[in-house]
Amino acid sequence: MQPSDKNKLKTYTRRASLLSGGMMLLSSALVGRMYYLQVISRSQYELLAEQNRISMRLLAPKRGDIVDRNGHPMATSTTDYRVNVIPEETEELQDTLKSLGKFIPISASDNDRIVKASKKQRSFLPISVANNLDWKTFSNINVNMPDLPGIQPDVGTSRYYPEKELAAHIIGYVGPVSEEELTGDPLLELPEFKIGKNGIEKVLDEKLRGSAGNSKVEVNVLGRVIRELSRQDSIPGKTERLTIDLDLQKYVANRVRDESTGIVVMEVHTGEILAIASTPSFDPNDFNNGISQKKWDSLRGDIRKPLINKAVSGQYSPGSTFKTVVALAALEAGIITEEDTKFCNYQYRIGNRIAHCWKKGGHGRINIVQALAQSCDVFFYDLAIEVGIDRIHEMSARFGLGERFNIGIMSEARGINPNNEWKMGAQGVKWQLGDTANVGIGQGFVSTTPLQLAVMTSRLVNGGIAVRPKIYFDDEDDGITIPGDMGISLKNLKLVDQGMSDVFNHPRGTAYAHRSRKKDYKIGGKTGTTQVTRISMAERQSGVIKNEEKEWIERDHALFIGYGPVEAPKYAVSVLVEHGGGGSAVASPIAVDILEYMLDRDLIKENEQVGGQDI
Amino acid sequence: MPLSARIGSHKQKSLRQKFVDLNWFIVFIIVCVASIGFAMLYSVAGGSIDPWAKNQLIRFLIGLAAMIFIALIDIRVWMFLAYPLYALSLSMLVVVDIMGTIGKGSQRWINLGFMNLQPSEFMKIALVLALARYFHCLSDEDTLKLKSLVKPLILIALPAVLVLRQPDLGTTLLIVMGGIAMFFVAGVRMWLFIASFVAMIPAAFGAWQFLKPYQKQRVLTFLDPETDPLGAGYHIIQSKIALGSGGVYGKGFIQGTQSQLNFLPEKHTDFIFTVIAEEFGLIGGLSLLTLYFILLGYAMIMSMSVKNQFGRLLVVGMVITFFLYMFINIAMVMGLVPVVGVPLPLVSYGGSAMLTLLVGFGFILSTAIHKDTSIPRGGAFA
Repeated sequence: MQPSDKNKLKTYTRRASLLSGGMMLLSSALVGRMYYLQVISRSQYELLAEQNRISMRLLAPKRGDIVDRNGHPMATSTTDYRVNVIPEETEELQDTLKSLGKFIPISASDNDRIVKASKKQRSFLPISVANNLDWKTFSNINVNMPDLPGIQPDVGTSRYYPEKELAAHIIGYVGPVSEEELTGDPLLELPEFKIGKNGIEKVLDEKLRGSAGNSKVEVNVLGRVIRELSRQDSIPGKTERLTIDLDLQKYVANRVRDESTGIVVMEVHTGEILAIASTPSFDPNDFNNGISQKKWDSLRGDIRKPLINKAVSGQYSPGSTFKTVVALAALEAGIITEEDTKFCNYQYRIGNRIAHCWKKGGHGRINIVQALAQSCDVFFYDLAIEVGIDRIHEMSARFGLGERFNIGIMSEARGINPNNEWKMGAQGVKWQLGDTANVGIGQGFVSTTPLQLAVMTSRLVNGGIAVRPKIYFDDEDDGITIPGDMGISLKNLKLVDQGMSDVFNHPRGTAYAHRSRKKDYKIGGKTGTTQVTRISMAERQSGVIKNEEKEWIERDHALFIGYGPVEAPKYAVSVLVEHGGGGSAVASPIAVDILEYMLDRDLIKENEQVGGQDI
Repeated sequence: MPLSARIGSHKQKSLRQKFVDLNWFIVFIIVCVASIGFAMLYSVAGGSIDPWAKNQLIRFLIGLAAMIFIALIDIRVWMFLAYPLYALSLSMLVVVDIMGTIGKGSQRWINLGFMNLQPSEFMKIALVLALARYFHCLSDEDTLKLKSLVKPLILIALPAVLVLRQPDLGTTLLIVMGGIAMFFVAGVRMWLFIASFVAMIPAAFGAWQFLKPYQKQRVLTFLDPETDPLGAGYHIIQSKIALGSGGVYGKGFIQGTQSQLNFLPEKHTDFIFTVIAEEFGLIGGLSLLTLYFILLGYAMIMSMSVKNQFGRLLVVGMVITFFLYMFINIAMVMGLVPVVGVPLPLVSYGGSAMLTLLVGFGFILSTAIHKDTSIPRGGAFA
C-alpha cells in the first residue's frame, strides 16, 4: 500500500465513521417517530381509522297501519316492486336497458334520465328504472336475471289507501319531508322518507312513524359498502285504530253519491265517530307519488270543493236545528213550560221589520213541543227575544257550539256562537234585537259545522252528558274518562227530545212524510235549512222562487240532525247537503237511511247472539 | 512496464473464486427485503399476485442477475468505465430535457418500446462512479485545495440542474446530497461543509423561486397538512392514521383497513411502508429497518478494509444513495419531511429504482470481492 493511500484510508475511516453515526442518528429519529405514532398516539389514530371505514346507515321503519274500529285497513304500507340498474355491473348500459325493455316499457325520457344519472353519479350506485311493478312482471325479471347484467330487483314500501276516496279527509296522505319539517332527526333526511301531510297521517304521524334502525357498514374511500358489521332493525310504527266503522262509511258514501255533503255519525254515549264523510272526495293515493297538474287543477277547480272536509271545516247556519238549543235555554231559564203556548199568525214584528214564518197562514196556538215538531219560526222569534242572546249563547256553548274539539282531523273549524261581545269584536256594532230573533231560528250570525251538530245532537239525547267527539282510540287514554254532566234537567231534555221525535212521528211533524216505517224502533230528528241568498222583498211579493228553479250554487243548504232509536238513543247523525234545498226533503231521508242501516244491523247482531245462546 | 504493474498489484481471482467470495448472506438479506415487498404488493392488491407482485418479482430477478453480474466484474473495469458512463447518462438526461420541452409537463423517461428508461436513475450510479474515480485520482494535498473541488462540483451540478428541470425535486436532492457525502468522506476540509451549510440558508430562499407551484404546495402542506385535509395534505393525514392505527402488532396481513379500503393513496409505491406498519405494526416497521441496517452496516464496515480509494468511495456513494431513499421515504410517510416521491428501496413497486439499487449493491459487492486490489492514483489502466 502506498503511503498516500494510508493517509486516505485514515481520513476515510474517520469520516465514514462520522457519516455512519449521522445516518444512525437520523434512523433513530425514524424509530422515535414510529414509536410516537404507533404507541403514544395509537388510540387517537385508531379512532380516526374507524371513522374512515365505518359508516352508519339508517334503516327506515315500516309505517304503522291505520285501521277502522273492526281492524279493516284504511292505510297500509304495501310492497313496492322496483327495478334499478347498477351501471358498473352492466357490460353496456344501453344493451341492458334494451334487454329490460322486453319486460317493461322504457320510454325515451326514462332512457335519457338513466343515462344522465349514470354520468353524474358513481357507477356502483343504483339508478331507479321503474316502480310499482306487478308481481308477475317483477318475478319475470327475476327469472331472467342472467340475461340482464346490472339489473337489480328491489323491494320497497309505499303507502297505500285501499279505500281510496272513501276516507281521504280523515286519513289524509303522506308526502316527502319539506325543508320546514326537518327537526334534526336524521330519519327525516332519508331521501325516500315520507311523513303525514294531512289528516290522521299527520296528527298521529309520530306514532305511525316508528323508530329507525341502523346498519353499521364498512365502506371504502369511495363510499362503497364492503360489508355489514352490525345491524339494529328498525321498530315499525304502531297500528292506529280509528273509531270509524268502515262498513258504515261505505254505506254513507254510496248513499250520497255525487251530492256535496258533510255527514257525521256518532255514538251518543261515547262520542266515537262512526262515520265522517265529506263528498265529493279525492283519492289520497294520487298524492303519494306526486299528483299530476291536471288532476290537481280539476280538484281545485271543482265548485263542490272536494279538497275541503265539509264535515269539520264547513261552517253553515244551523237553521231550525238550532231551535232545540233555544228551546232548552228558555226551559232552563224558566221562561216557558210545557203548558205555555204562543200564537203564530205567519207574521212577526221586530222593531220596524216584519219577519215571516215559513208556513203561510201560520201555525196557530202551539206549545213548545209542537213548535219544535212543526218548526214554527214565529214561536222561536218570540221565544228567543224573551230568553235573550246571552242565555242562548251560554246554552249553545254547553252543547259544544263555537268550540273546536281537536279530534285529530286537520283544519277543524270553530263556527260562531255569537253574542254582543262577539258582534262588537267582529263588526264593531252593538247587538240588536233582530239579531236575537234571527239566531232564534238558527239563521243570522250563528254558524256551526256538521261535527258540532252531531255533538249537539248526541248531548241532546244522551241524558245531558257532555260527550266529546273522538276519531281514534288513544292508548294513553284509559277509556274510562267520564264526560261531565251538562247540568240540564232531564225533564226539559225530554221535552225537546219529544219535539224531535214528533218531527218524524207526529202527523204534523215537518218530516212526517220521511219517517222511518220500521216496527222495532222510532227515529227522531230536526230539519233545518240554511238560506244561501236572502229572500228579497220583491221575491216575496212575486212569490218565492222555488229552490228547484234556482242555480245550484244559489240553492239553500239542506240540514238534518237525527238520532235513534227514540226509545233508547244510541246513534246521532248530522247531515248537510250543500245547496240541497229543504232539510226535510233532501237531508232527512239520508239521515233516516243511515240510522236504519245501523239500527237494523244491531238488531241482526242481537238476534244472532240470542240464537247463539240457544244452541 | 508489465501489464501487472500498470494495473496495480493484486491476486487475480478466478470467476469461480469470485462467485464463492460473493457475500451470500447479504444477497440473502436483499432477497428478504424484496420478499417483504412482494408480500405487501400481494396484500395491497387485496390478496392477489396481480397486478403488482408478479411483475415486481420478475423485475427483481432481472435486477438480482444484474447485481451479481456487476459484482463479478473487476472493479478496475468499472473505474475505467466511470467517465464514459457519466457522459452517457448525462446525454440521456439532455435528450429527456429536449423531449420535455417539446412534449407537455414533466418528462422523466425515454420510451424504448419494451420499457421506460429513466435516465435520472442511471445518473445516480454514474455520478457516484465518476466522483469516486475523480477523488481516487486526487493526491492528499490536492484534496485539500479549493480549486480541485471545481470539477466535481460541475459533475454534480450538471445532472442536478437537468433533473430539477424535469422537474424532479426528490431525485435532485438525492443526487446533490449523495455527491456532498462523497466530498465528505473523500476528505474535503470540514470548514467548507460548515460554511456551505450557512450559505445554504439564503440559497434555500433563492431555490424557492425556482420551484414549481405543486412543489411549493407540497412543502407548504407538509408544514401544516391539516389546512388542506382533502387536497395535498390528505396523503400525509391518511398515512399517519394508517400508521398510528397499526399500533405495536398491526392489524394483520391483508387486514389493514386504511390500505385495503383505499383510504391510503399510492399504497403500492411511495406509501408501501405505511402498509407494512399498518398491517404488521411497530414490530413490522422495525424489522424492515433492521434488515436495512444490516445491509448498510455491512457495507460501511466492509469499506474500511478496502485497499483502494475508488472502491471505498464507491461503497459510500451507494450506501448514501440507498440510505437517502430509505430515510426520505419513511420520514415522508410519517410526516417528517414533505412528500417528494421517493420509493422505499427494494420494496416499492417500480422497476427503475429497484434496478438502480440492485446495481448499486452490485458495485458494493464487487468492491468487497476486489477489496484487496490496489489501484494506482493514475487510474485503473492508466
